[in-house]
Amino acid sequence: MQASHDAHAAHHDHAHDDHGHHGRAPGLMGWFTTTNHKDIGTMYLWFSFIMFLVGGAMSLVIRGELFAPGLQYVSPEFYNQMLTLHALIMVFGAIMPAFVGFANWMIPMMIGAPDMAFARMNNWSFWLLPPAGTLLVASLFVPGGAAGTGWTLYPPLAVQMGMGMDMAIFAVHILGMSSIMGSINIITTILNMRAPGMPLMRMPMFCWTWLVTAFLLIASMPILAGAVTMLLTDRHFGTSFFNAAGGGDPVLFQHIFWFFGHPEVYIIALPAFGVVSHVIPAFSRKHLFGYTSMVYAIAAIGLISFFVWAHHMYVTGIPLTGQLYFMYATLLIAVPTGVKVFNWVTTMWRGELTFETPMLFALGFLFLFTVGGLTGLVLAITAVDIQLQDTYYVVAHFHYVMVAGALFSAYAGAYYWLPKWTGFMYDEALGKLHFWTSIVFFNVAFFPQHFLGLAGMPRRIPDYATQFADFNVISSIGAFGFGFSQLIFLWVVLKNIKGGETAPAKPWDGATGLEWTLPSPAPYHTFEDAPVIKDEHLAAAH
Amino acid sequence: MSTQSASRYFVPQPSYWPLVGSTALLIMAFGAVLLFNSVPHGGLVLLAGLAVLTVMLFGWFGRVIDESEGGSYNLQVDQSFRWSMGWFIFSEVMFFAAFFGALFYVRVLSVPELASPSQSLLWSGFSGVWPTAGPAAEAAKTEFHAMHATGIPLLNTILLLSSGATLTWAHWGMLANNRKQLVLGLFLTVALGLTFIGFQAYEYFEAYTHMNLKLSTGIYGSTFFMLTGFHGFHVTLGATMLIVILIRSMKGHFTPERHFAFEAVAWYWHFVDVVWLGLFVVVYWL
Ligand code: HEM
Ligand SMILES: [Cu+2]
Repeated sequence: MQASHDAHAAHHDHAHDDHGHHGRAPGLMGWFTTTNHKDIGTMYLWFSFIMFLVGGAMSLVIRGELFAPGLQYVSPEFYNQMLTLHALIMVFGAIMPAFVGFANWMIPMMIGAPDMAFARMNNWSFWLLPPAGTLLVASLFVPGGAAGTGWTLYPPLAVQMGMGMDMAIFAVHILGMSSIMGSINIITTILNMRAPGMPLMRMPMFCWTWLVTAFLLIASMPILAGAVTMLLTDRHFGTSFFNAAGGGDPVLFQHIFWFFGHPEVYIIALPAFGVVSHVIPAFSRKHLFGYTSMVYAIAAIGLISFFVWAHHMYVTGIPLTGQLYFMYATLLIAVPTGVKVFNWVTTMWRGELTFETPMLFALGFLFLFTVGGLTGLVLAITAVDIQLQDTYYVVAHFHYVMVAGALFSAYAGAYYWLPKWTGFMYDEALGKLHFWTSIVFFNVAFFPQHFLGLAGMPRRIPDYATQFADFNVISSIGAFGFGFSQLIFLWVVLKNIKGGETAPAKPWDGATGLEWTLPSPAPYHTFEDAPVIKDEHLAAAH
Repeated sequence: MSTQSASRYFVPQPSYWPLVGSTALLIMAFGAVLLFNSVPHGGLVLLAGLAVLTVMLFGWFGRVIDESEGGSYNLQVDQSFRWSMGWFIFSEVMFFAAFFGALFYVRVLSVPELASPSQSLLWSGFSGVWPTAGPAAEAAKTEFHAMHATGIPLLNTILLLSSGATLTWAHWGMLANNRKQLVLGLFLTVALGLTFIGFQAYEYFEAYTHMNLKLSTGIYGSTFFMLTGFHGFHVTLGATMLIVILIRSMKGHFTPERHFAFEAVAWYWHFVDVVWLGLFVVVYWL
């Protein structure tokens, strides 16, 4: 395949070679200026991992403080800042960029495109992230410290904070620009750059999940930008959006924020679904079961996610009818999500299963994401949530979906495609060690939090009543174990970049898709001329 | 513009413009943070960032225009541009939706709620009649005048609608390869747009000097100035883009078949127009 591709390229005249065959410029400047989707994907992935370590370190500050009742290491103010930055950095700096990294690397290779539709803008989408990260981290060092409102940035507290809050606001603006440009790029690439012969309804599932995710981002990030802009003007220019004395309402912020915030959780979850939808079939040596229903489920989840936002606001005094509507609407999302879980399980049914690291992480995802989904259903029930709102039950719930869900899926994808990226097989034993330590410590850290929440321990408080002490000790031990386990992954990747067993073009015998027709590592430029699509390259068996 | 299109999809060379843009935004963010918190020289930092951003915009868009005129963009690239502009405008629609949503929320929910008996302990005697600057201002008997739909707003509606018509007329000129009509149509559109901005500035001046209507005039002032202000900012952007297109048209850019930049700006202008109609109805009129 590649040989014929190169032969083909040689026939092209120089005018074309002009813009096709340049590599990356040498040195750091090369990374600053690159327009290559693989370079940019790599930068996204590294950036997200570094931010993951930074955010992780903050979470260990939190868990260290919570190791015992009483205040030991940090002040309540600093605790709040850690909590806020941890969440903002994990959500916007670690998980979201990780999946954009996958999108950059894989979507052009999956659909047979030479690059992303807008390669130069793609570079900007990435290089907006470091300034935003800088603003967030630097805000710790300004007078008054970083924002301490929690990642939800609720007024009136958000209106009263110091200049660290402004830095968080501008960071959100910049992150929003990055997401919107990235999403426009991804949508356009998928809609306009598929190789001839790849219909939408047979393109790889990861592309479908990103198509819907990009739509969610374009529709919801501007809403968040609007919300924080109103915060900014309320803070500095005397507007009254969230001030009852002027006729506004702090609850208004919650409506606007969660109109963004709930789609946001699917922005994190959908690409994770996409990755798992590649890994599970590959290691089951079967086609994904129910491709079409999967596509409709993704679309349905995306759509419904805009109409459930007030399930975060049951205790704000919204009317009973509102509570009922938002409860039923939220429960409705379980239907398409259930379809997906059913399809993944059915894909494995009577498959020839093997359990390499990507598959282990995908299964970890499947089990634990489902647990997080089920506790989500519990929380969706108004009468229950009135008890559980703002307790550790909520913390347990969203870490099951975001860590054991999204993060595990990202790991599954990373192990799955690493051979394609670096040309070497990773160390399977280390990979398995990474998986088993992660899943064990994850549950040690977060499962007890369900009990803490049910017993009434509030979240976002650095101190707690002594009857919560035992479970908190267990949780903190798990958190530190989980945190240090992640360094195994760093080790695996560094080792893998240096070398290892040479990876064949298709290291997984059950994998399908265009990306596996390319040699490993994938050449710098791929599919400059559209490949000929054969039936076996397409998703959804016919 | 060259008549033959590149056979392959155009993938640009490495470029330092994105990096320049990111640097600019970082400087601007720091400048704004300093300025808003009354730290000396914050404004200067903000301006410096803005200057870098301007350089970037000239450099980057200049590059794109060169590539376009050099014939690098084949029809598939053109199609990509169309998709992207459509989605960009959609993102702008959603940005305005946040502010329209805030307006509907306060009018339908929070202001009536503040005037309801359940709030009488805190805000007794609040009438809840729109336009309002909120219970605190009402209790202090601070008066202001609200904007009326007739007068300047109506005139501005007519101006913007006519500018949509002249723009379409310019487009017809383009399609018929009638350069004079194209340039004249664009010129008229720009003129109408600038007049609109002028009127808007005058309206703001009146509000501040004679009507005691300010950004800080409670929720009415907040929603009025933020909605019309962001709209005015978008009109300014649109007018700037129109001016660029006008200059390019005078330089002989575009062909009847290939003129995506023109169409993109036209879509944007119509979008700004539609937002105005929404503003006219729900901000000025109702
Ligand atoms: C090493 C793994 C992690 C640990 C030990 C950890 C720990 C914590 C802790 C202790 C809190 C504070 C809960 C509270 O008092 O309310 C928290 C909050 C939070 N975490 Fe994590 N976390 C981890 C990973 C993640 C990841 C990967 C994400 C996101 C993708 C994430 C998202 C959040 C969010 C959104 C909050 C809520 C913050 C708020 O209340 O505003 N966490 N985390
Ligand atoms: Cu939600």
